[in-house]
Amino acid sequence: MVEFNFLILVICLFLYVLLGGADFGGGILELLTRGKAASIVTKAIAPVWEANHVWLILVVVILFVGFPSVYSTVLTALHIPVLLVLIGIIMRGSAFTFRHYDIEEKRPMKIYSVIFQYSSLFTTFFLGVTLGGIILGEITMDYREGFYQVYIHPWMNLFSMSMGLFLVLLFAFLAGIFTVSEIKDEKYVRYFAKVTKRLLLGLVITGALVFLTAKLEGHGLLVEFIQSPVSIAAIVLATIALPFLWKYLNHPNVVMLRLIGGFQTTMIVTGWFAIQFPVLVNIKDGPDITLQNAGAPYKVQLYLLIALVVGVLIILPSVGYLYKVFKFGDDTRDNF
Amino acid sequence: MDTFMAARMQMGVSLGFHIIFACIGMVMPWFMFVAEWKWLRTNNPVYLDLAKAWSKGVAIFFAVGAVSGTVLSFELGMLWPGFMEHAGPIFGMPFSWEGTAFFVEAIALGLFLYGWKRLNKKVHLYTGLVVGISGVLSGIFVVSANAWMNAPAGFDWIDGQAFNIDPVKAMFNKAWFSQAHHMTIAAFSATGFAVAGVHAILYLKNKLEIHAKAITIALAFASVAAILQPVSGDLAAKNVAKLQPAKLAAFESHFETQTKAPLIIGGIPDVENETVKYAIKLPGFLSFLAHGDFNAEVIGLDQFPKEEWPPVPITHYSFQIMVGIGTFLMLIAAIFLAGTFKYKHWLEKKWWLKMLFAATPLGFIAVQAGWIVTEVGRQPWIIYGIIKTKDSLTPMPGIQYTFYTISVVYLILSFVVIWLLSRQIKVLHAKYLSNG
Ligand code: HDD
Ligand code: HEM
Ligand code: HEM
Repeated sequence: MVEFNFLILVICLFLYVLLGGADFGGGILELLTRGKAASIVTKAIAPVWEANHVWLILVVVILFVGFPSVYSTVLTALHIPVLLVLIGIIMRGSAFTFRHYDIEEKRPMKIYSVIFQYSSLFTTFFLGVTLGGIILGEITMDYREGFYQVYIHPWMNLFSMSMGLFLVLLFAFLAGIFTVSEIKDEKYVRYFAKVTKRLLLGLVITGALVFLTAKLEGHGLLVEFIQSPVSIAAIVLATIALPFLWKYLNHPNVVMLRLIGGFQTTMIVTGWFAIQFPVLVNIKDGPDITLQNAGAPYKVQLYLLIALVVGVLIILPSVGYLYKVFKFGDDTRDNF
Repeated sequence: MDTFMAARMQMGVSLGFHIIFACIGMVMPWFMFVAEWKWLRTNNPVYLDLAKAWSKGVAIFFAVGAVSGTVLSFELGMLWPGFMEHAGPIFGMPFSWEGTAFFVEAIALGLFLYGWKRLNKKVHLYTGLVVGISGVLSGIFVVSANAWMNAPAGFDWIDGQAFNIDPVKAMFNKAWFSQAHHMTIAAFSATGFAVAGVHAILYLKNKLEIHAKAITIALAFASVAAILQPVSGDLAAKNVAKLQPAKLAAFESHFETQTKAPLIIGGIPDVENETVKYAIKLPGFLSFLAHGDFNAEVIGLDQFPKEEWPPVPITHYSFQIMVGIGTFLMLIAAIFLAGTFKYKHWLEKKWWLKMLFAATPLGFIAVQAGWIVTEVGRQPWIIYGIIKTKDSLTPMPGIQYTFYTISVVYLILSFVVIWLLSRQIKVLHAKYLSNG
């Protein structure tokens, strides 16, 4: 039972990284390209904007219902980076909406854009830092160790920071792929393909940095990685996909680009979970929180699963309909 | 301010902020739906303009509602980990259903906002209805979770641990129904009067048809709600008398257990001397309101050790404010109904439009006051009779600073939203004026 709920948790996380990632990345991409993509990004994201958001909520709800100790431990030890993420979410969410709905006027639009772009970067970075803190294992349950050790050190370290960078590049890369396949204007296609290729290079480099800093911080990421056949397979597959991605960036093809980009991201997340599994949160001075010891009682898991399955049965067709109406609909019809 | 106080204030500010957007997100889609439906029936383009103008506002409110809700779902754990660790598995079920309801709401709203030209007219209208229904459902689910904190059910509490958890029993706890209907009605009343108030002031300036139509739609909902509200509130109070006598005693400032208990109106509670100064007392009425019998005994605060008393003055004042506003809104509703069915000329009068304008914020003030009654009235418990609020506090020091930060962010955001909306309204208004 608990495994099923965990699986759904992982799927929600995937979808958040993929779909939510593309819209967080949209802001970062705008920042990197000095606003060139703004209208394209907005147009592509707007209708699915709220729906993307919900994956994160689902993750949180599954956590506090099904794995309450993960929820309360993480939110206690990583209170500060999570707070920063939340402030970022408030700012970018509001700025995006305001930009979309406020009456056209240069100055306010400019301000919304700047807030949206920088807070996208900021939020993504601290989301990565938070993930880094969960993986690294510097979280302590001994609250007498002093403020720094308990509330700062678990995330203020090289590994978590490079996780932050990695996520920034990953999200920007996803948005790049999304944008390349969305634009029609030939000149911009080339430009964004170039940017996306650079982001891909950066992604590979920061990926290496993550392993390096893990070693520096004393986390056996590399060793665990080598011992996990699934992770190796995942990374090998992700690497094999690289040349194809390169090819389709040179000759954009909507379906292939999205498929391969999505595939690579899936592989990255799979590789990570394979290493981590069944540990959910690494703890410094006590037993790690694992799938087995964090799960809520059977009955709770059962009802959670029922709610999730029914939810999915209702939601999936509706999401499908939403995408159908907006992605494959007639582009010439305007919205308002 | 200590960490504990700061955490409580932060929770209150975040929830108080969210609830405004949540109410609007629950109710405005219904107004839009009616406007569009009227347009399809009458072909009067004013209705279409109204539906579109409202839908822009809704999009803004919806987005801010969603981000502030997201913040809340983290805050519960950031501020009260000791509560969520126990409560999450028990009261989580309504939250998982709320997730589904919200998802459907978000999808339907996406279709509604961007589908004007892409969807068939009937289908488009229908998506509006889906937004409204799923919005109300999400509200009911969350309130059911909150009701569980007031009337914990569905588990056995043994040595500080929950056993035999039954999420279904927890969800359908003894308080959920009375809170759910009262809250849903409140959302309609608050949003309806707010919308009517804004259009009333515009109508005062220029007698445009669009504003008259808007007022009628908003008040059609709000007036029914406002008339049901006291009835529903009375049921809520009876339920509180049964489940949480200390809360009832606190908001009624009822210190001494007695039969023929008096209803206290107004006044300043003096907790030290356990009396209320300068109040109007109606003997027997509290007994009647709480138990339906003028001679019934009503438990007072004297039955509880002093450290288990909720803060009396705050809950008392909040309750008075809520009931006072409820009475006033009921009066407006009565005038509206009389005006609609008999005295049509009333509804064009200046005093009427001014009265509506004055009522703009009242419903929301009552909502805030009502939540203060519920939440502060539950103190010192976070789960009534099970876990104390102070025992579930995060061990992290310095919550004062997060409280200041969150408050400043929300304060700024509130100003921006108000500014943005007034710009929208001005543009719309100007467009109409130039069209003659
Ligand atoms: C427009 C808003 C509004 C208005 C006019 C009223 N209420 Fe209310 N009231 C609420 C909005 C509200 C609320 C914000 O929605 C609360 C908070 C918790 C809840 O479920 O509803 C609430 C709570 C609440 C409670 C506490 C329930 C609990 O703790 O479980 C009682 C006893 C009442 N109300 C009673 C009344 C009475 C007798 C009213 C007579 C006019 C009244 N309310 C008008
Ligand atoms: C949206 C309407 C709500 C408002 C305005 C509101 C208001 C408040 C206020 C003012 C407090 C501080 C009370 C005090 O410390 O004296 C509080 C506390 C709290 N509320 Fe609510 N509340 C609302 C709904 C909810 C809901 C739906 C839930 C949960 C499902 C909830 C959970 C809590 C928790 C966990 C606390 C902190 C512990 C406590 O002080 O009891 N609230 N709320
Ligand atoms: C009485 C109290 C509450 C009511 C009536 C309520 C209702 C709603 C409604 C109608 C929405 C949809 C947003 C909109 O339409 O603008 C919403 C959003 C949301 N609410 Fe609340 N809410 C309440 C309290 C809470 C609490 C205590 C939490 C968290 C623990 C919460 C979490 C959320 C979340 C996460 C969202 C966004 C959903 C998403 O993005 O997936 N709400 N709420």
